[in-house]
Amino acid sequence: MWLTRPLRERSTQLFLGVLFAALIVVTALHLLMPQDSALYVSSYTVTLLGKYLCYALLAVAVDLVWGYLGILSLGHGAFFALGGYAMGMYLMRQIGDRGVYGDPLLPDFMVFLNWQELPWYWLGFDMAWFAFIMVLLAPGLLALVFGFLAFRSRVTGVYLSIITQALTFALMLAFFRNEMGFGGNNGLTDFKDLLGFDLRTDATRLGLFLATGIALAIGYVVCRGIVTSKLGRVSVACRDAEARTRFLGYRVERVQLFVFVVSAMLAGVAGALYVPQVGIINPSEFSPLFSIEVVVWVALGGRATLYGAVIGAILVNYGKTVFTGIMPDAWLFALGGLFVLVTVFLPKGIAGLLFTRKKTKDEPTTPAQEATA
Amino acid sequence: MSILQELTNRDQVFEFLTPEVSPVDVRHGPILYLEDVSVSFDGFKAINNLNLTIDDGELRCIIGPNGAGKTTMMDIITGKTRPDTGSVWFGSRHNLLTKSEPDIASLGIGRKFQKPTVFEALTVFENLELAMAADKRVFPTLTAVMKPEYRGRIDEVLEMIGLKDLRSAPAGILSHGQKQWLEIGMLLMQRPRLLLVDEPVAGMTEQEMERTAELLTSLAGKQSVVVVEHDMGFVRSIARQVTVLHQGSVLAEGTMDQVSNDPEVIKVYLGEEA
Repeated sequence: MWLTRPLRERSTQLFLGVLFAALIVVTALHLLMPQDSALYVSSYTVTLLGKYLCYALLAVAVDLVWGYLGILSLGHGAFFALGGYAMGMYLMRQIGDRGVYGDPLLPDFMVFLNWQELPWYWLGFDMAWFAFIMVLLAPGLLALVFGFLAFRSRVTGVYLSIITQALTFALMLAFFRNEMGFGGNNGLTDFKDLLGFDLRTDATRLGLFLATGIALAIGYVVCRGIVTSKLGRVSVACRDAEARTRFLGYRVERVQLFVFVVSAMLAGVAGALYVPQVGIINPSEFSPLFSIEVVVWVALGGRATLYGAVIGAILVNYGKTVFTGIMPDAWLFALGGLFVLVTVFLPKGIAGLLFTRKKTKDEPTTPAQEATA
Repeated sequence: MSILQELTNRDQVFEFLTPEVSPVDVRHGPILYLEDVSVSFDGFKAINNLNLTIDDGELRCIIGPNGAGKTTMMDIITGKTRPDTGSVWFGSRHNLLTKSEPDIASLGIGRKFQKPTVFEALTVFENLELAMAADKRVFPTLTAVMKPEYRGRIDEVLEMIGLKDLRSAPAGILSHGQKQWLEIGMLLMQRPRLLLVDEPVAGMTEQEMERTAELLTSLAGKQSVVVVEHDMGFVRSIARQVTVLHQGSVLAEGTMDQVSNDPEVIKVYLGEEA
């Protein structure tokens, strides 16, 4: 089975081991340590870490298409946000009559805009199962239609990157409009509970953090399953020599479409887990800048490694939290500087650094390998 | 009325409903048949009334000066370029002009490009694995497992192309000649009926050329091989039948000796070398 193959692989076992150990340590420190202890992990930190894990899952999704398929998507924020909106719509419907205006059916912003009835596309979002399917389906369908048109016309390289950028920008403008029925500028917020659990309690926050960790583990295994399968090797072949792959008899556009849709769905799951933890979803998640930032995380962590994407996402966002706390204005300069430094000195990213270190220790490189380096 | 009767006749299977039979029909001899093929690019006639027949199991060399249309001919056979007029048949059943590139590849026509393109990030073994004749749709590829018989087939080809010791090396580190052999190996993995080989010895050393000649002659018989080559010494060492192309059509055809004594050929092509 392609999905269980990664579980027998040492690198995946190591990754899952580190991830689960981290989840357990954070949980233990949060629950068992007294609040005044230096080792106590506050509920705020737990949610912050949960947010990093969402970003890590998004970065893994981007690395799957960029690293292994050679499609530099500068619009993955769109899939992330669509998953987030699907979750947000469910959370809005869960508010019921506890909103400011107390309308049992309509969310607050619709009452405010004098809407009389729920738009048809909001129907069904009061049911968790429906909303959770939409978390996968909404980004998946967008990726399917977009990818079908783009890959069929053999749009690749920088042109594809520009179109993905345009896609997320167009969606941002659309979602800013009040008439769209997604809360416009303010987005969706004021969430109360998820599956009956109060979102403001520490236990729910911890639960969401753990759920995100498990989602990251599953997402990682799915991606790893794809890249270690024959299809993964075909993806790499498409990345490096598309015409040659076509001559071997593979339908390159279908391979691209499949991987792209899987990646979009993973991004949607990341978005859906992100929204209840930060408590809001608004059109700024569609902003082109955010999607570009995700690519920077992957580049910093190390492209085409998957675990590099996780490292990159967590480190950069931790840096962002620290930096924006100390010197808010300097953050973008720091990120830009870091990007330049890594590109010049660590072309394979942080993961490349780890990998080459290990290599020189374990086995001497052959002359042939040096020749290609 | 007779049409109505025909339509209601339930024993009948309409021709358009029967699936195209995939085995290549070579009972009449030729495996590849090009008739009156012409193609022009912006008014320039790259191929001009070209007629060419390749028999099953034959090893054919095609020579000709630059711009004679050799590569364009390959493009037409593999479906990359559509001719303006003419017909191209694979066996006596498959009209290649109606088929897409991947369809033609899966029918059993393999092509080796002038510049070796192997997947440099993948190992030699993985390169051969991807080239293997198999169900190449997305989901079967995702769930594909490496069976012992596949492994055996890959080992067999590794032996033929002499890259057994380099099986787990990334293809990017291979020398130029080794990449050419790997490409030929990748073609063999597809179990093609017809191999199109474009300038296999360009940039090779003497020893590499010898090995390539051995390899190509050992392939003929089991499959048909069409070699396009500039190097006359190499063509002489492998060819039984030679076709000379000039300005998009066939100038001469025959054994190497016949062709090289043809005054027309000497004038347009061999004369340059003499």
